[in-house]
Amino acid sequence: MNDLRFEFADSLESAARLIAAEPGEVRVLAGGTDVLVQLHADMIEPDLIVDIKRIPELRAVSEGDDGWRVGAAVSGLELMDNAKFCAAWPGVMDGVRLIGSVQIRGRASIGGNVCNASPAADSVPPMIAAGAIATVFGPDGPREVAVQDIGIGPGKTSLKKGEIVVSFFLPKRPARSGDAYQRFTPRTEMDIAVVGVGVNLTLHDTGVCSTARVAVGAVAERALLVDEAADALIGSSIDEAALEQLVSAVRSACRPIDDKRGTKEFRIKVAGVLAERVARIAYRRAQEAGGAG
Amino acid sequence: MQKYHVTATINGDEVDFLCEPTQSLLDVLRDELHLTGTKEGCATGDCGACSVTLDGTLVCSCLVLGAEVGGKSIETIEGMAEGDDLHPLQQKFIDHIALQCGICTPGLLVASKKLLERNPDPSEEEIRYWLAGNLCRCTGYQKIVEAVVDAAAEMRNS
Repeated sequence: MNDLRFEFADSLESAARLIAAEPGEVRVLAGGTDVLVQLHADMIEPDLIVDIKRIPELRAVSEGDDGWRVGAAVSGLELMDNAKFCAAWPGVMDGVRLIGSVQIRGRASIGGNVCNASPAADSVPPMIAAGAIATVFGPDGPREVAVQDIGIGPGKTSLKKGEIVVSFFLPKRPARSGDAYQRFTPRTEMDIAVVGVGVNLTLHDTGVCSTARVAVGAVAERALLVDEAADALIGSSIDEAALEQLVSAVRSACRPIDDKRGTKEFRIKVAGVLAERVARIAYRRAQEAGGAG
Repeated sequence: MQKYHVTATINGDEVDFLCEPTQSLLDVLRDELHLTGTKEGCATGDCGACSVTLDGTLVCSCLVLGAEVGGKSIETIEGMAEGDDLHPLQQKFIDHIALQCGICTPGLLVASKKLLERNPDPSEEEIRYWLAGNLCRCTGYQKIVEAVVDAAAEMRNS
């Protein structure tokens, strides 16, 4: 074990300074539900842990004229207790509610779910479907990056040394928008997605789908945004023919591994089944959502 | 390894301790403060045996660093009874024989107490979902759920 040090950062600048000044390995700590497990299993041997959850920008949840901004260190439970956010983004919350247990959701952050870069992370496909954009802060200042471009493989992100995710921006949706997420797991609670699908769509007042985003989890090395699947929905009334095309596009995008939780063939099949179900739920929610999301 | 001086409130009392940066809150409670009511099961956040509340939020103390709890308020199983008077949940766990080996019991009690604070009249389904992060390998859960239902009813009527 290295001579590990622990520091609090109280601002973005102090976090960047602390990380830049450490020549060795640094881990940032938000909810800790992944970092502590990795630390105690000797999967990581950091020289410095920087607790970033006292930084105000990482803790805030706010609704602006153009959308919601959620701090990266906000816990799942804090979002579940935010009735306005839950009403605005039910599909994102479908994913958040499935993370771990009550105890885990009390600590685990949305930013951590993204940055831990598990391809099976439950909040990630609905965040990608939502079009969420992350603000990242690092030695060169802030930059913006789409959520689907953060995780690049199991445990790996595109973040550069010293960069931390500050917050996520979820752009406001027009009226008649709806989103949903479902996953397949053998158990209903405390399990890891074998497949997960998120859909976010908007309808014209005629009921025809005007925009859509479809994201799949646990069927590739990272969560995927599947443009072809969205194209199957756009211009349709989410009818049988469109859903059939959606299923086929989602299955074509899957490149899963075989493991103890599911075979390749099973994951590809289930991804199609879930995509259809989730699209139907998102469609129903969009029909019910008269006001702007 | 460098030690960190931390001041926190535990079961209403201000407590000072020294801890290493790798020590979890669970390690601190058990090894430094000798509050051994909180149990270690998996130490990976799967079993809930180490459940405590941190500023009112139910957490696994194995997934919290001791060094990060400065200024926070922690409630453990040791703070649940008032002197010799058991909390209604503790009494109902005894009445319903909602335990066998007892390792999971402190965590289940702390988690159940938090549930009833948030929802004084939970359905059986709500209880089962809330307690999904607390594993018990002895009871099959039925008696635990019955004890929580019964305790909730008593607490609503008192």
